[in-house]
Parts: sequence; C-alpha cells; structure tokens
Amino acid sequence: MSARVEPADAVAAGAAERSVLVRALARGARRNRVAVAAAAGLLAAVLAAVLAPWLPLLDPDAVDTVRRLQPPLTPGHPLGTDEFGRDLLARLVWGARVSLLAGVVTAAAAMVLGVVLGVLGGFYSGWVETVVMRLTDILMAFPYVLLAIALVAGLGPGLRNAMIAIAIVGFPFYTRLVRGVVLSLREREFVEAARALGAGDAVILGRHVLPHLVSPVIVAFSLDVGAKILVTAGLSFLGLGTQPPTADWGSMLATGRQFVILSPHVALLPGLAIFLIVLALNMVGDALRDALDPRTQAS
Amino acid sequence: MRRYLARRLLLLVPVLVGVSVIVFMVLHLSPGDPVEIMLGAQATQADRARLRADLGLDQPVHVQYVRWLGHVARGDLGRSLWMKRPVLAEVLLRFQATLILAGTALLLSTTLGIALGVASATRPNSLLDRLSATASLFGASMPSFWLGIVLMVVFALRLGWLPASGMYAPYGGGGLLDLLAHLLLPAVTLAAASVTIIARLTRATMLETLGQDYIRTARAKGVVERGVVLRHGLKNALIPIVTVVGVQAGYLLGGAVLTETVFAWPGVGTLMVQGILARDVPLVQGCVLVVALSFVLVNLAVDLVYAWLDPRIRYE
Repeated sequence: MSARVEPADAVAAGAAERSVLVRALARGARRNRVAVAAAAGLLAAVLAAVLAPWLPLLDPDAVDTVRRLQPPLTPGHPLGTDEFGRDLLARLVWGARVSLLAGVVTAAAAMVLGVVLGVLGGFYSGWVETVVMRLTDILMAFPYVLLAIALVAGLGPGLRNAMIAIAIVGFPFYTRLVRGVVLSLREREFVEAARALGAGDAVILGRHVLPHLVSPVIVAFSLDVGAKILVTAGLSFLGLGTQPPTADWGSMLATGRQFVILSPHVALLPGLAIFLIVLALNMVGDALRDALDPRTQAS
Repeated sequence: MRRYLARRLLLLVPVLVGVSVIVFMVLHLSPGDPVEIMLGAQATQADRARLRADLGLDQPVHVQYVRWLGHVARGDLGRSLWMKRPVLAEVLLRFQATLILAGTALLLSTTLGIALGVASATRPNSLLDRLSATASLFGASMPSFWLGIVLMVVFALRLGWLPASGMYAPYGGGGLLDLLAHLLLPAVTLAAASVTIIARLTRATMLETLGQDYIRTARAKGVVERGVVLRHGLKNALIPIVTVVGVQAGYLLGGAVLTETVFAWPGVGTLMVQGILARDVPLVQGCVLVVALSFVLVNLAVDLVYAWLDPRIRYE
C-alpha cells in the first residue's frame, strides 16, 4: 500500500515527491545491475566526448593518404583509418560530441516546448486547449521522419536546422503525455482544496501539478534522447544534417558506405557506436521507467 | 457505421487543411529563389520579374496559398524545376515503389510481430520470450540504415545470395522473382524495428486478455487451448494491436526514405532527398504531400477497422 496524498498534505507534495524519486531510483539500481552497467558505459562515452580535446587522440582531421582505409588494429590506429587516412578512433570520439549533444539538445528542446504546451492544453480548457491540441494533431498527421525532412528542406540542410526540425517534430509526443497527466490532476481533490484555499493558477501549477510531471517526463526524456540521436544520425546520413568537414556518426556512416566492399569497417564502426549508445540509453530509460512507474513500484 | 464514417471524414478536413498549410509554408520559406534556380544567374532583372509575375510569386502569401491549393485540388502539383516534368506523375510513379517496399515490410512485421507476441504471451519467461524481449531492445536501438548496410555486406557482398541494390536487375530483370529478390533485404531492414514493437505490444495485451474471466470460462467450457488463445484471446486483444500497426504503417511510409537510400530503392523517399539537395521546391512539396495524405488515409482506415472490431466505438 502506498501512502495517499490527502488534501491537507498537498503543500508537502513537492518535497515528498522528490524524496520518493530518489528512493525509487536507489531501489531500481539495486535491482537492475545491467542498467547500472549501461549507465556506466554511457557516462564513459559522455566523458570521452566532453574530454576529447584533452585525450591522447590523433588529430581527427589530419589527412594521411598513404595510410588510407587501414583495417582496425593497425599500429597507431586502433580502429583503422578512413578514406583520407584519418584516424577512425579520433573521429568517432569527436563525432560523439556532435551526436550526443544533438540528441540531448533536441530532446530537451522538444521536452520544454512539449511540457509547456501540454500543461497549458491540459490545465486551461477553451481556446488554449483547442489551439494546442489541433496543432499537435496536425503535426502528428505527418510521419515523424518525413516531417523532419520536410522542415529541413524548408530551413536548409545543416546540423542546426536539422536539430530545430527534430525538436519541432518531437514536441507533440510530450504535449500528449503531459496533457493526459494534467487533465487527470486537474480534477483531483488536492487541486480543488488548493483552489478553495485561494491559491492562484501559478501556485497550483508550480506546487501541485508540476511535481507530478517529473517522473513521467524523466522517463520519456531518457528514452527520447536515444530516439533523437537516431533521427539526427539519419538526417546526417541523408546529407541533410552535419555538413563536411564536421562529422557526426551519421555522416561518417554515409561516406563510409562508398567503401563498404573493401573496407566495411569505415561504415560499420560509426553505426555500431550509434547502436551501442542508443542501446545503453534505452536500457537506462527502461530501468528508470521500472523504478519510477507506480504500478511496478507497488509490486 | 455510416454516421461514424461521416463524422470521421468531417474530422479529416481541419487536419488536411493544416497539413496543406504546413507543406506550403515550410517550402515557401525555404532559402533560395526559385526564379533564380529556373533562369540561372545570367538572367536579366526584367526576365526575373516577368517569371515571378507568371508564377504568381509577386502576390501576398495567402493568395499564393489559395492558388496553390486550387492547383493541388485539380491534381496539378506543378513542374519539377530539376527534372522539367510534371511533379504528380513522377511522384506517383515513385510512390508505387515505396508502397511495395512499405507494404511488404508491414506485412512482414505484422505477421511476425503478432506470431512472436502471441507465442511469448502464452509462455511468459520462456527462452523465446526472453529472446524476443532482447531483440525488441536491440530493434529499438539499431539505426535502420546501419542494419541495412550490415545485411547488404553479409548477404549481398560477401555471400552473394541477394542483389545489393535497386528494384530490378539492370539487364534481363523485370520479373516477379527478380523484384522479390531485390525486395527482401530492404523489406527486412525496414520491418526490423516494427516487428519488435508489434511483438512487445501483442505480448502485453495478450497477457492482459488471457487473464480475463471469459478466458477462464472458455477453458472451463472445454474449448481447446488454440481456440482459447486465438478466438477468445487474440480477437479481443486486437484493438491496441491495430493501433500500433497503424502507427507503424505511417512510420514505415516515412521511415522508408532511409532504407530506400541505403538500397538505392527508386521510391518517393530518395526522390524527395534528391529534390531537397537540388532545391526543387515543387518536387519536394509533391513528395511530402503525397506521403502525408497516404498517412492520413492509413489513420482513417485504422479508425474504421476499430469501429468494425468494437461496435462500442461507433456509438460513442
């Protein structure tokens, strides 16, 4: 049996929610060792990406045409070289900076926009709700990747525009999620009680509604970063994301594709990097969901 | 059912208007002057002004939109700046290839996904169930374009069992067998992520359904297990499954662009990317519009299937 929040306790709900969150995470970590390992791997990748300038790596853009398309485990190039003789390990680590940053930034932008609109659309009935929900309906009437590509077509190819497009395409997902939660909260006793005590909309939203959104939004976000990394890489793969000489994992895969017959590692390694990072993100996201979902907590 | 259909069709109107506004606005705002692309840098100021007036580009945006919508309603999507041919014919031709690819992938993912999901649900925590859970995690994490390249390297380049790219062999191809051979790798690539999603959802809803009282009643009546699972279980679990299959159909239509690029499949996705890189606005508009419309129709079909499966929906 979990403790129910009575109207009188409503003010303490925010603080209680936070400690519940921490405890649930600790319990989840004890139960799910694989997810902890995935989180550790993820942390290592993020650290490598952040610390790339200070790591003992070769220059990722140094061309060495004599030693082009070297296979992995070549002396001096642990993962081999690409079509210009550039060190693949260095390029993968530097590419991680772009890919990881793009995933986190686009997911965060989509989340902020989606949460704001979802709260508005859920809390205020009338024209606000109509406008917000019709907008999400229309955006969701497009297949996800297609709309992202269409927006990039409008904005022009490039990493920044690809990220804007992906964030725009991604926010309706959060709006739907958040609106559903807010709609159910709006009618709960503690919101009614707060209103009876004279609390304004800002207080009700900030103190009584937002704390309840933390768990579902954290879970959605952790799963979404991986999805955003995949889409960004996909756009770069199509030539609509990062432009040369900057490389992320998607564009490395695209150029490596031309040498796939003789040197498949040039295309396969960046793809493997995307796969492993997104896999780790999904494992951590699944574990977070198990730890924070009240239904699995009860068991 | 007729009233439900009418109401559902009426709901399409705002969505279609919204879709058309987005398609028009997004590409209207795109960088690059279509007049300059059409005439080249050497054209005189007077030539440009004349072409701009001919194309109606000197009029306010809403007038241009209404004019464009009028043309679209008559099936005139304009002429491709790059190929100098009518857009609609070109897009529809390429759309057939996309439909073949996405349709095959949907068929593969639905049959495999439901079979796998039902099998996992009837034997929870078995080896098959755990394998399917792992596969679904992998499927959701794998970039489809990378999986495509891996499959191509293994089955086409190393083993030489299947052709690496295209829709038909350039010499002496064209038959159904040739098409199927070319279709297999891209369809598997495209279906991979959807199979796992449909399998997981089928498992979850089947587990829920199999725990219901009427299932116990059916078993108590002496219905054979196969009948319990398929007729009493699966049939009642179908509504959420149909939803996710509908969502996947849209995903496959839109996501086909990456698979098409990997395998040089001559679909609407590759055409659109070529159009974007060539700054061919009418062509890109046509591609987006046709795919978005087909997605809207898929969603409509899904809703109608619901109403057919569950009479309560019709009377809501």
